[in-house]
Amino acid sequence: MLTLSGVTVSFGAVRALREVGFTAPAGQVTAVLGANGAGKTTLLRTISGLVRAQTGTVRFGDRDLTRQPPEAMPRLGLAHVPEGRGVITELTVEENLRLGGLGRGRRADADVLDRVFSLFPVLRERRAATAHVLSGGERQMLVIGRALMASPTLLLLDEPSLGLAPRVVAQIFDLLSGLVADAGLTVLLVEQNARSALSIAHRAVVLNLGRVVVDDDARVLADDDQLRHAYLGF
Amino acid sequence: MQQLINTALGGLTLGMVYAAFALALVLIWRSTHVVNFAQAPMAMVTTFVALEIIDHGHSYWLGFAVALAAGLVLGAVVERVVVRPVEGGPEINAVILTLGLFIVLHALASVVFGNRYRSFPAAFGIRGIDVGGTTIALTGFGIFTILAVLAVMTLLVLLFRFTDLGLRMRAAAFNQEVARLLGVRVGRMLTLGWALAALVGSLSGLLIAGGSLVSPGYMDSVVVYGFVAAVLGGLDSPVGAVVGGLFLGLSLSFVSGYVGSQLVALAALAILMAVLFLRPDGLFAPARERRV
Ligand SMILES: Nc1ncnc2c1ncn2[C@@H]1O[C@H](COP(=O)(O)OP(=O)(O)O)[C@@H](O)[C@H]1O
Ligand SMILES: [Mg+2]
Repeated sequence: MLTLSGVTVSFGAVRALREVGFTAPAGQVTAVLGANGAGKTTLLRTISGLVRAQTGTVRFGDRDLTRQPPEAMPRLGLAHVPEGRGVITELTVEENLRLGGLGRGRRADADVLDRVFSLFPVLRERRAATAHVLSGGERQMLVIGRALMASPTLLLLDEPSLGLAPRVVAQIFDLLSGLVADAGLTVLLVEQNARSALSIAHRAVVLNLGRVVVDDDARVLADDDQLRHAYLGF
Repeated sequence: MQQLINTALGGLTLGMVYAAFALALVLIWRSTHVVNFAQAPMAMVTTFVALEIIDHGHSYWLGFAVALAAGLVLGAVVERVVVRPVEGGPEINAVILTLGLFIVLHALASVVFGNRYRSFPAAFGIRGIDVGGTTIALTGFGIFTILAVLAVMTLLVLLFRFTDLGLRMRAAAFNQEVARLLGVRVGRMLTLGWALAALVGSLSGLLIAGGSLVSPGYMDSVVVYGFVAAVLGGLDSPVGAVVGGLFLGLSLSFVSGYVGSQLVALAALAILMAVLFLRPDGLFAPARERRV
């Protein structure tokens, strides 16, 4: 379970997050929605320590993440797939995956790599290729696979659907729901593509200008025309 | 025929040294996007450390080993003390600091080691080897030079390709933020990268000094040739640096042997300009990043 309370982040005069608080229940997908500039990316970056919160706390299970540096996240069971994917294009597919396994502080065993390869067979086929030749969908699979190499308990995803064909988005979201159902993974899913995100989410948080304006069951939000029109534009 | 062979052998030996120096520049460029102008005086200082040890009656090899170790330490210290404080700012700041360090190290070396020419010994012979009655321009020290550079390059390849540490170092060089999120201690990796680069630079300093005269400025032309070699190779490719170094060494050796030794510097400049005009990303620029 991930709990934020009173988290405020400013960049100079820009208040990116204002007193943000919510709980993402363990073993569920929590969608974080909102318009461009609402503060979604900043929220994830604050959780993983890339951005320092001025006030507030971030707790994961019984651990306080608030002052932890990003380097500590893999050991704490947290994986952050950044916006724009974060494939290291100069490394091969397999090196990207190996790197993901190193974060836990011990060598990832071959079993984990095998499991990732069976989730994403295309990565097995292209394991020796330099990552810059991969398509957008393949890159997304690679970064999710790389995150899974550290066997995380909490996965932060920043707009995984960005720039992907609808068919590929459906495939990746299917896979995510599968992982949550099978492995008990907790997922915080940032999306502009609210419709797709709500289709697999249990909870939904809507940010508007850095404030939490909705924190509810995903179903409730999906069924509430007024809220959807007001904040999600569909 | 004999002149051709001798010119080629001389070029090969020199090319290996340029390759090592270029590799030192590339290792730093790749991780921090800084051209380390202080690489030459850093290598000069460590070579003088070796010379002091040898002149005090210790063995050549002790001096050699201590100079390499000093390179490692000096590289790490420079990264921590000079480069780290301006990290995150424009890269030009760090470049200017390395230029400043160039001047400071020169001045310090003149004070500490003296401003005159001193002769530096070479391991193995510096006389040409006899092959079937004729003496060719490959010396014992030349063979050692080639093997030493090859050995260091092999070790670097093994480190970067096949170890977890090498993978972490490459990740830190290519994408600091993603590397941090994956648990890589980027700061440490950059320090280690500078240390290794300075070690390779020290090696090239020792190899150039072997059997000739050293003074605080003896490496200054090498920084030019090493830089040209690194640019030839595309500045961020270690393999490119090696090939660029060999290409430059051979070209300059032929210019010196067949055209005139006073034209060597000019030829290096001409090669640099030709590459910048024709292949600005180096001779072996990889395919452009696929945009998705
Ligand atoms: N590093 C930064 N420096 C200054 N302003 C920033 C920085 N990162 C984000 N912001 C600002 O914070 C606000 C929220 O941005 P972001 O978290 O990227 O929103 P979203 O991901 O929802 O589109 C925006 O106004 C953005 O301009
Ligand atoms: Mg964003």
